[in-house]
Formats: sequence, C-alpha cells, structure tokens
Amino acid sequence: MRANCWIGTHDVRVETVPDPKILNQRDAIVKITSSAICGSDLHLYDGFVPTMESGDILGHEFMGEIVELGRGVQNLKKGDRVVVPFPIACGTCFSCRHELFSVCENSNPNAWMAEKMWGHAPAGIFGYSHLLGGFAGGQAEYARVPFADVGPIKVPENLTDDQVLFLSDIYPTGYMGADMCNIQPGDTIAVWGCGPVGQFAMKSAFLLGAERVIGIDRFPERLRMAREKVGAETINYEETDLLPALKEMTGGRGPDACIDAVGMEAHAPGLLGAYDRAKQALMLETDRPIALREAILACRNGGTVSVIGVYGGFIDKFPAGSLMNRSITIRTGQCHVQKYMKPLLERIQKGEIDPSFVITHHLPLSQTPEGYAMFKEKQDNCIKIVLKPH
Amino acid sequence: MGRQQSLSKRRDDRRNCNVQTETRIANGLGWLSIGLGLAEIAAPRTMANLLGLPNGGRTRAVLRLYGMREVAAGVGILTQENPAPWLWSRVGGDVLDLSSLGKAMASDDTERGRVGAAAAAVVGITALDVYCAKRLSVASQENASSGPDTHLDAKHIGSSVIIEKSPEEIYQFWRNFENLPRVSRQIESIHVTGPTTSHWKVRSPLGGAVLEWDADMTEDRPNALISWRSTSSSAPHSGSIRFERATGGRGTKVTAHIDFGDGMLTKVGKLLGKVPREQANVTLHNLKQLLETGEVLHSEASIHPGMHPGVPPEKYQPGSNALSAAVGK
Repeated sequence: MRANCWIGTHDVRVETVPDPKILNQRDAIVKITSSAICGSDLHLYDGFVPTMESGDILGHEFMGEIVELGRGVQNLKKGDRVVVPFPIACGTCFSCRHELFSVCENSNPNAWMAEKMWGHAPAGIFGYSHLLGGFAGGQAEYARVPFADVGPIKVPENLTDDQVLFLSDIYPTGYMGADMCNIQPGDTIAVWGCGPVGQFAMKSAFLLGAERVIGIDRFPERLRMAREKVGAETINYEETDLLPALKEMTGGRGPDACIDAVGMEAHAPGLLGAYDRAKQALMLETDRPIALREAILACRNGGTVSVIGVYGGFIDKFPAGSLMNRSITIRTGQCHVQKYMKPLLERIQKGEIDPSFVITHHLPLSQTPEGYAMFKEKQDNCIKIVLKPH
Repeated sequence: MGRQQSLSKRRDDRRNCNVQTETRIANGLGWLSIGLGLAEIAAPRTMANLLGLPNGGRTRAVLRLYGMREVAAGVGILTQENPAPWLWSRVGGDVLDLSSLGKAMASDDTERGRVGAAAAAVVGITALDVYCAKRLSVASQENASSGPDTHLDAKHIGSSVIIEKSPEEIYQFWRNFENLPRVSRQIESIHVTGPTTSHWKVRSPLGGAVLEWDADMTEDRPNALISWRSTSSSAPHSGSIRFERATGGRGTKVTAHIDFGDGMLTKVGKLLGKVPREQANVTLHNLKQLLETGEVLHSEASIHPGMHPGVPPEKYQPGSNALSAAVGK
C-alpha cells in the first residue's frame, strides 16, 4: 500500500510499504477514507520528538471502513464505517476504567522507553514515534487498529467524512481543553493558539457556558476564523501588547481560565523567545513554553490553566512563583478521546457544531509532503488539511 | 542478652526514650496492684481493719473481688506490650474504690479517720495512674508509626506491577514455568523436568546465542511466593516472584527479584542485559497485558527485528539508528 513515511527532519515521503496485518485477536484493519495532518505531526516533522526511525508511517487522525477483523472483536463487523481515536486503549485496566484512556497501562509495547523519559509510560498512539509504541499511523491507505472493540466509533451515513473525521483527535482535544476549565456561567476564557485545536477549544468553551472567549494568535486568517466561525474576540499579539490588553478586557482580574493550545513549538518573539530558541539549539531546553508562561501570568487568582498543547521534555523559566502564590490550578493531558467521542458525535448530530469549519484544504495522499510544508509555513491561509488516500 | 532479657525489659527497651520515667512509674503501679490485690484476696480481714472498714462477711467478699481486679490490672501492666489500657483500668478501679470508701464514710460502723486516710491515698494513686496512662497512650501511638525506615537495599529492589487478577490466577500461570516464554521474548523455552526442576533455554538479545541451564525451585508457597535458583555453574543466579494484595485492594501486586549474586560479569549477566531489573519490568508488563487483556500487545515495530513499522523489507538496515544499537536489536 502507499503511506506517508517520516524519513528525516523536514523530510516526509509517500512510499510503497507492506499492507498491515492482524497481529492480535482484537485488531481490525481499516480501509482509510479520510485522514489529516495534525499540528502535533509538525513536532515530528521538525525533529523535536525522539525515537523516530526512518520509514515510520505517520498520521493519527483517520477514519474508514472495516475490511478485516480479529476473532476477538464482537461489536463491529466488516463494512462498518468508523472513526478511530488516536490513543490506543485496552478498556479494562485501572486507567481505562477511570476514563483516562490516553494513559492506558496495557497499550504501549515500548513502555520501558517512555518510563525512562517520563517516569511512567502513557498509552500507545498511532504514528507517533517508538516512545509511544511504534504503531504505524493513518496517513496511508490502510491501518491496523488494536483493541478495535474499545476505540473506534461507528458513524451514521448522513454525516460526511469531513463532519466526523475530527472526532479522532482535534475536536475532543479542544473540548477537553475547555472541559478542564470547569467553566462557570459568566466566565471569560482566553485561548492561546487559533489553530484547529484552539478553534474547537473556543467553540467548546461557548458550548460549555462561557460568556466571553478570547482567541490569541498572529495569523490573520486564524483570528478571522475565530471571530467569524466561533464568535470569539481576538487579539493579534504581534500588534497588541498581550498581557496588558487581557488585563484591560477583564477589568484587571484576568480571564477565569486560560487554555494553552500551542505547546512546545511556541512562536517566540523578542528576547525571551531568542533565549528559548538558543537554549533549544544547544539542547539545554527541549520545549519552548512561551504560551504556557503567558497563560499562567495572565490567569486570574484562583483560576485554571488548561494545557492541551503538546509538550515532550523539559522547560525553563517556569513561573512557579506566580502559580503557587496565586492558587492557580493546572490541568493537562493528552486527550482521553474514547471518553468524549459518543457525546461529541451527538452534538454534531444535533447540529450544535459542524467541525468541518476548520478545513481549508483537501489533498490526495500523494501530495502529503507538500501539505506538510504548506501547513508548517501557514501558506495559502492553510489551517487544516484533510487527506484522501483512495 | 537475647532470651535472658525478661519480657518486660525487652518491651520497655522498645519504648520511646521520652517515657522512661512514666514507664518506671507504671511498672511500680503494676507491682503495687499485684501486692495490694494479693493482700486483699489472702487477708481481707486484716485489710478491712487497715482501711477502717467494718469487718463483716460482705466487706471481705467485696475486698476479695477488688483484689482479683487489682491483680489482673497489675499483671496487665507488667506483661503487655501496651500498658496504657491496663493503667486506664486501674483508674476505673480507683474510681470504684473511692465510691466504696465514700459510702463507708457515710455509714456508722467505720473508723472515719482511717477511711479518710485510705481515700486520700487512693486519690494520690489515681493521679499517678491517670498521668501514666495518658503519657503512655500517646507514646504507644507514636511507636506504632515510627518503626524502622522501609529498607530496600539498592541491589535488591525488585520490579513490581499491579495486575487486576487474583493471586491464585497469577500464581497458577507462573507456577507452570512452561508458560513463561509467552511473557518474555528472551526465553526461548522452559521444560519442566521434575516436580521442582526445569531446564531453561534463554536467547541473548545481543547476538542470538542461546544459553541453557537447569533450575531448581527453592520455595513454593501457593498463591504467595515462588523462588528458584540455577543449579548450573555456567549461569549462577536466583529469582523469586511474590504475589500480594495491592494497597486499596486494587488487584494483586506482583514483585519479581532476579539476583545474579557476584555474577554480574557472568554470561547470564551479559545475556539478560546490564539491567536485570529492566528485563524483569518488561516481563511483568507483558504478564499484566496477557492476564488483563488476553494477549501481549504487538505494534508493527515490536514484531520486526528492528524498529521499522512501515519500511519495505528491502530498504531496512539493521542498526541504522543509534537507538536500535543501544537497545541491541
């Protein structure tokens, strides 16, 4: 089959690779009808994630039709149209029973590797390095899905791929970002990052009862999408002094909750940014926490900082004093997608949200490398690319 | 010292230094109780006279009962690990004594002077009883939580995992050593050769060489502990696996130790990698997956000889990455 493979930093290529096979009894093989490039894929593309090997298949947002099933899967049949969640979860362990699917105890065959870096191992993830299991990803024609009886969700025929594909990752991730804010009526929520995840975080904040949502970014097309499609107020931090502006907008108190939908490759203007970039180049710091620092400093006393942007290693100049002295709560995690898929599918069916609003481009699988370059450089007003393998 | 130490001395030594005085006073009260109690049982008539009480049959019967109570309290204080409750029982007895003496004061055929003196003495003793009981109650609580540090010798820290199955199920799986290759890729095969003996073939991850040895089961406590050791001089080592209730009843805690003794440089040490605990971790992790989900989970990378889930076989180059080399695949 054809698949998009990571070859090296800034080098992905579509190659012909072996078809996936059933390896465990609870596997399914999915013929992929739609897939996507995620913001976190850019961390792989930019070489920030360790344990990648030349030839690894990327992609963790995919859906399609079941074409083969292991003997152990009872609740699905061939021909079912499913969306596949990006974390792989067994459904029965301590973590899964507590709905913490992205830290499943049984789904990472390379747990020992992740333990070295992080203390304990999270769940395996499709197409996201050997640290997270070495599973082949979904920017391909077919994919093998372990624990198919736990993860994939069947979707109705009356919804298009574009409308439901993002149940695999970015819509639940944005939603969980807002969910973790514990939004109360009358709240103001500020969101760093108006990429697709940030857009869903802002939309979800409104759905969960926030009165004001403020989106922060520097790309005009993203800020425009936040205003026009989500109804948020926006700040372009390259044109406006961000923290004083937030203070004025919130009567000096600060937003009730701040969502970091940016993560480790935050754009870093000014001296502090140069400091972070220099340290990264010298391998003295692995992640750039600009957005996280600002989110903490801006948040009102006793508020919540909800971190859904991806981080991998260690950060510097973390405002621990601001955190501790002002009773800030930090909540974070890779999205527990399995927990959210069903309720969010219902919201789509009820018409509360049409997730396809973030899509700006459709590309065939063969043009995936061009897609990565365009997505990274934000060319052509690119916000979200959907891939069609067949 | 050892067995020559009296029970009470050993017990007292264990107590917190801060209550040495109280402990000595308590011991004194214990002996006082016994002495007084025996006197009340053996010579109630004399005691009644001493206390200024009427010398009737009823008085003597009550004195004998009180005597038994005193002896019991005294024995408790002197022999039990925690004398505090026995001291409190003395306080109860003191209250009883005082109320009896109070009644005696009110009646006509008592020598009020002597009863008064006896009551005063009891009040003094009560104060001592209460003081000691309070101090030793606190001390015993402190002692309960301040035992020695949890002592896990760095060399002997094992690998541990929580599996949500009963100790019986896990024990049954491990007890049949022929199951172990299912949870460890290094183990090629194990053949049970006798009721406690087995023959192991283990593959090196470094070069594919296969090492063989015989093992003997040294301990077999069903559902609790299995330990074994190699009887071949070529690969001296021993191992054990323990099954216990996990804290909070959240399954079974399975702990494995592999001990190479001085043989870290032996073939087995090199064979199983420089960090035996890591190998044990992986094995236990596989055991957990197998028992909880039915299978050991594979990824495309984990079944290939080298970490390449999607690369066509003709393009794959073993050891083409520093990480592969480090892992030894």
